[in-house]
Amino acid sequence: MAVLIYTETAKGKIKKSSLEAVNYGNHIASMTNTTATALIIGDASNDDIIALGKAGAKKILQVKNDKLTSQDPQLLAIATEQAATAENSEVIIFSHDFTGKAVAPRLSARIKAGLVAGAVSYPVLEGGFSVKKNVFSGKATAEYSISSAKKIISLLPNSFPVTLTENTAELVNFAVNLDGVESRIKVKEVKKETAELSLPDADLVVSAGRGMRGPENWGMIEDLAKVLGAATACSRPVADIGWRPHHEHVGQTGVAIRPNLYIAIGISGAIQHLAGVNGSKTIVVINKDAEAPFFKSADYGIVGDAFEIVPKLVEAAKKLKAQQN
Amino acid sequence: MKILVCISKSPDTTTKIAFKENNAQFDENNVQYIVNPYDEWYALVRALELKEAGGGNVTIINVGLAENDAIIRKALAIGADDAVRIDADPSDALYVAEQIAAYAKAQNFDLILAGKETINYNGSAIGGMISELLGLPYISLATKLTMAGNTATIEQDIDGGTQVVECDLPLVISAAKGMAEQRIPNMRGIMAARTKPLTVVSAVDSAKLTAVKLYTLAAGRTECKYIDASTPEKLIELLHTEAKVI
Ligand SMILES: Cc1cc2nc3c(=O)[nH]c(=O)nc-3n(C[C@H](O)[C@H](O)[C@H](O)COP(=O)(O)OP(=O)(O)OC[C@H]3O[C@@H](n4cnc5c(N)ncnc54)[C@H](O)[C@@H]3O)c2cc1C
Ligand SMILES: Nc1ncnc2c1ncn2[C@@H]1O[C@H](COP(=O)(O)O)[C@@H](O)[C@H]1O
Repeated sequence: MAVLIYTETAKGKIKKSSLEAVNYGNHIASMTNTTATALIIGDASNDDIIALGKAGAKKILQVKNDKLTSQDPQLLAIATEQAATAENSEVIIFSHDFTGKAVAPRLSARIKAGLVAGAVSYPVLEGGFSVKKNVFSGKATAEYSISSAKKIISLLPNSFPVTLTENTAELVNFAVNLDGVESRIKVKEVKKETAELSLPDADLVVSAGRGMRGPENWGMIEDLAKVLGAATACSRPVADIGWRPHHEHVGQTGVAIRPNLYIAIGISGAIQHLAGVNGSKTIVVINKDAEAPFFKSADYGIVGDAFEIVPKLVEAAKKLKAQQN
Repeated sequence: MKILVCISKSPDTTTKIAFKENNAQFDENNVQYIVNPYDEWYALVRALELKEAGGGNVTIINVGLAENDAIIRKALAIGADDAVRIDADPSDALYVAEQIAAYAKAQNFDLILAGKETINYNGSAIGGMISELLGLPYISLATKLTMAGNTATIEQDIDGGTQVVECDLPLVISAAKGMAEQRIPNMRGIMAARTKPLTVVSAVDSAKLTAVKLYTLAAGRTECKYIDASTPEKLIELLHTEAKVI
């Protein structure tokens, strides 16, 4: 089962979730004695090419075509189909991120390939082809079988760590044929977030809720995030009242994240909040109420007043960081 | 403007989850269903606002069995004109999209709205699939939608930010938070919903390419380790030496 992996760059660098997808695709390829090919649309630096090789791609198809700069999912799906056809790929991997959510479904309908969106496991090949994903707000997993000849998996970011080897990839320029297809979508304006660390990609996240009493008290939350190198997040009411920007809102109706460390400060742990964070590897809860439901989902807990505890954590984290340097 | 809004149901998040048939099926006993929030709060409400501003018709569509009629009536109570249920078990995303596309093809909708994702399966897939099947542009994760004549201006979430795009109708959009404000159905809406047309359409032939083989309940976390509030530095130490995350 030859494997094709859709990859992309962000802020001029190959995305971590793309490297995860290449690792994952390479794993599937080696299970079936075939090879993994990465597809990259647009510019990629030499470092990106090296990184894709180290992540496990044996070959990289680079596509440069002006029609694709609009990022129209319709055209991106056509380009991916042509690459999959050229490579005889039976399994096509995306990241379950903004681009994956737009392009993978179009490709699935285009080539009649069963799609499992948001996979969290390697496929099992005994008795067909099946792969797991989280369902019911993280309360369960479901193992899906895919019965079509071609299969599409979009991998939930942060599900697997990235392992790099000394592998190098062969770089090939791949020409796509987009004659007669014109994008009807006109991009008028792109607004990039200024935050250095984007929340869905962050390994460490410091999050706070209504227990902080007001936006003026977020300084200590930002301080803690800064020393740890973490992104900041918040509960929904905090974003709704406007204490914090909307893109920080995590949970069922906000962003779903699964960092290595999630520190929840002054958040009660409502099920809708947990739905977006319970995939985190380690969860720390700081709450003055020992009965707060969040403690049931925590690995580490401190019962106490955030206003006293957080500044002490900042100091302790600073000391640790000083020792590490 | 003729608008089609795709509606699905999902168990209320607080529902206790259980499985049957050797864990191959979701046990619907005692499950309280709601209209999927993205479909109701954002896609449907924005469709109604556009109709209120510029006239037209809002149709709700659901792929599901007869038991879904209750949820369709709930959505009608918010204010759509009519509803269609395609009588089929909606177990595979592409199968559902093919049903909706087959119905929509003959109807010439100007705008097809889906939710960002269902909160039980989080596929975020059906809107994109419908667009491909109908050969229409797809704008995913839209947070704002305004119309000027035949042109839609849409703000959407993209990797690392947002972007504003323009596109002429017809098109398919998936609706995310920001698009509209939740509406609570009033008594008049609920009464009116009872008599609004709900047409049941039989399914078209289409293959199901995916199926759930097995459900497994998520393992709970092991016991929470408590650190005394007087020694928070201990937490930093444990995160470094034990959890090895910092
Ligand atoms: C359909 C639906 C979808 C939803 N989606 C989301 C979602 O995506 N994300 C989300 O977060 N919520 C969501 N909610 C809301 C959710 O149910 C909760 O209301 C919300 O998460 C509560 O936010 P909170 O924990 O910040 O506030 P609260 O529940 O008010 O909790 C504040 C906590 O702070 C603690 N506290 C107070 N003072 C201190 C102090 N000095 N030191 C330490 N602790 C202190 C309190 O003990 C309390 O536990 C949704 C709700 C619904 C109905
Ligand atoms: N059975 C269904 N009938 C009609 N629309 C659906 C159905 N399932 C999902 N949808 C729509 O597709 C969107 C995305 O669903 P999903 O791809 O399953 O996450 C939902 O928000 C609904 O708008």
